[in-house]
Amino acid sequence: MSYTDDNGPMMTMDGKPLKRSLAIALRRQKVRALLLISPLLIFVLFTFLFPIASMLFRSVENDIVSEILPKTVVALHSWDAESGELPDEIVYSAFAGDLQRAAKAKDHTRVGLRLNYEKSGMASLFKKTARQAKKWDLEADTSFKAKLIETHKGWADIAVWQTLKTHSSRYTSGYFLNSIDMRKTVSGPEFQPEDRQILVTLFKRTLIISLVITMSCILLSYPVAWLLANLPMRQANLLMILVLLPFWTSLLVRTSAWKVMLQQQGVINDLLVALGMIEETGRLALINNQLGTVIAMTHILLPFMILPMYSVMQSIPPTYLRAAKSLGATNWTAFWRIYFPQSVPGIGAGSILVFILSIGYYITPEIVGGNKGVFISNRIAYHIFQSMNWGLAAALGTILLVAVLILYWAYDKIVGIDNVKLGG
Amino acid sequence: MVISHELPRRPLSFVLPVMGLMGGFFGVFFGPTFGSALVGLVLVATVSVFLAYVIISTKYLSRKVTRLLLPVPLTVLGLVFFGPISGFFGALFGWFFGWFFYWIYEGGYRAKLKPYLTSGQVLWYYGFRVICGLIFTFLIAPVLVVIPLSFNAQNYFTFTPEMLRLDPAGYSLKHYQDFFNNGDWQRSFWNSLIIAPFATVISVSLGTLAAIGLSQSHVPAKRAIMAILISPMIVPLIISAMGMFFFYSTLGNFMENTLGLDKNLVGYIKVILAHAVLGIPFVIITVTATLVGFDKSLTRAASSMGAGPVKTFFKVQMPLIMPGVISGGLFAFITSFDEVVVVMFIGSASQKTLPWQMFIGLREQISPTILAVATILVGVSVVLLLTLELLRRRSERLRGLSPG
Repeated sequence: MSYTDDNGPMMTMDGKPLKRSLAIALRRQKVRALLLISPLLIFVLFTFLFPIASMLFRSVENDIVSEILPKTVVALHSWDAESGELPDEIVYSAFAGDLQRAAKAKDHTRVGLRLNYEKSGMASLFKKTARQAKKWDLEADTSFKAKLIETHKGWADIAVWQTLKTHSSRYTSGYFLNSIDMRKTVSGPEFQPEDRQILVTLFKRTLIISLVITMSCILLSYPVAWLLANLPMRQANLLMILVLLPFWTSLLVRTSAWKVMLQQQGVINDLLVALGMIEETGRLALINNQLGTVIAMTHILLPFMILPMYSVMQSIPPTYLRAAKSLGATNWTAFWRIYFPQSVPGIGAGSILVFILSIGYYITPEIVGGNKGVFISNRIAYHIFQSMNWGLAAALGTILLVAVLILYWAYDKIVGIDNVKLGG
Repeated sequence: MVISHELPRRPLSFVLPVMGLMGGFFGVFFGPTFGSALVGLVLVATVSVFLAYVIISTKYLSRKVTRLLLPVPLTVLGLVFFGPISGFFGALFGWFFGWFFYWIYEGGYRAKLKPYLTSGQVLWYYGFRVICGLIFTFLIAPVLVVIPLSFNAQNYFTFTPEMLRLDPAGYSLKHYQDFFNNGDWQRSFWNSLIIAPFATVISVSLGTLAAIGLSQSHVPAKRAIMAILISPMIVPLIISAMGMFFFYSTLGNFMENTLGLDKNLVGYIKVILAHAVLGIPFVIITVTATLVGFDKSLTRAASSMGAGPVKTFFKVQMPLIMPGVISGGLFAFITSFDEVVVVMFIGSASQKTLPWQMFIGLREQISPTILAVATILVGVSVVLLLTLELLRRRSERLRGLSPG
């Protein structure tokens, strides 16, 4: 039985060309794979990526002012904000109309709150004026400029109108400017006043502390990983428990343990006092500062450094070191020129992993960091829950996310996503 | 030729200084009992050197008898003058002294090392192990310290003098009683026990299916899909939480107002879905790792014998990848059980989980009940660790058996 014509294409048993038949089989295989993946893919896209994307969009979205005060925004177009003069009567009457409608719909607080992020006092200005605005007769009354200024002298302040105009566009770069301690003004971006500049400091601190944590993780992990990789399997497995137990222990447990250890009246201070190493009055401040954050987070992230280092070191043949020594290398040369270069991939993988994890940390800095040891994440949470400045929170989050994604891309280049290992 | 493993006795000029150093080191720790660390250092060092000299020069007692006798006077001294805890440490020191002395004196410290190593190398060998021991202590000490502290009879976060004296009055179970009787803690505990299993079931079932799909030989855009599925693990939690905060408040309003679901139920659904997403990368990673070692000819054999794809999956593939699925499930469970940021952002007070309650306790009204909870959770993680280890061994055995 032959499936080929003498000169035609190769055929399958049912008479179709083999090439097409194979293509169909391949397509069927692809469809089956996609069908298996699709439920999860849709789930992740819908409940994870889409929410994050829409959150990122909030960092440029700015439709509150233009939605609630539409006529005012149009009227303000013709006003030159840098002229040094108050807007015309047209703007004031448009604003009066907008404000009355907003006050009836109870929307005025949203505008007030939105503008209050940019200029303090705006929220109360809107609140007070809106109370009066409900009583105005838009048809009969004429001079709204005088009326508004009479209601609240804030409306005679050019800065108020400048703020209103600057933040009336539908999309804004204002939140991103805010997150690098700048602000949008009529004459372009400029730096925030000194006393409001904290975010760049926080970004810098997050980076520096994360680097310190990464460095101390490298220093502490290297000897341990080396020992684990060079001990006989049975002993190494036993010691591995000491690494894996903290790894598997709840983050909150470890954080509370550090709080217990590091307090002024805590275990470490008590021990040092009992040993006579420090005076009762000179107890060390180990918590509620940057030191506390570094100690606790180094401990928490240490397994993420040890495990990749261990798996790399395990694959380095010990014969190389012996060969180097037999060729006359000293212990140090053999280690530094032969062993260390081969262990660098492990250090790289672990470092990026630890760094990525640490710059996004929230819980541990919040509990052991005090004021001086908190990260940018804590500020994001503050803007979500306390100041309600969600646009700024989204902008800060976007910057953080971009940083993490760049690092992750580097991680993928160096290690590969597929090589992520869990628990050894 | 027979090589004798009998090592020569070390000279006095080596043994005595080493014993002095050892004594001095411990003396610093015993120091406070005598008044100051310096006094302790000098005193214990001198005593150690003297004792070592006496043992070496009087050759009447055998090694066994010396080691048995040594702890006795130290225990008695400690007991009589300073109390039970000092007696305990005295006994410990006596035992260690005996062991260390013979280890040094008879050259035991070189017995397992290559004979050509220089003294410097031997010193580095042990110095390196001591450094590693300190790092291991750093790793494990915080986890272990909370355990005895959780039995504290006082509301302190440190060891009280009663506890150090091993006085039963210093210990109690009252923090555990508080955990089991306090409504807040119990509710949060049960919330965690409700949310975590549901989230695990969702992430394991969807994750396993997708992992099987991903392990097929021809998957279009495999890298992109993999990146998307792993993203919940990469994106910092605070950002995931913020995104979900906005999304789930809209979804929650929709479910409550349009579908008319109960507010409480909606709250649980939101948290469960959010936790399921967070657990998915772990399931994907562990199950795909198991599938890498999976022998495809087994499924082909099954279908050639007439089994349909569903039967093949449940009878052939599933039992073999089960260890990976279970360990992925454990990861997903612990992710949800430990998670606090996301649940704080999207849950309401009635979905308060155990970590959330702990977080509140640590931040605001710090209560020692947290230590009791922490101890229970350490127990849970020990159980998880053991289960994972057993699964890993089983998986290796199964793969070892599979042909090819």
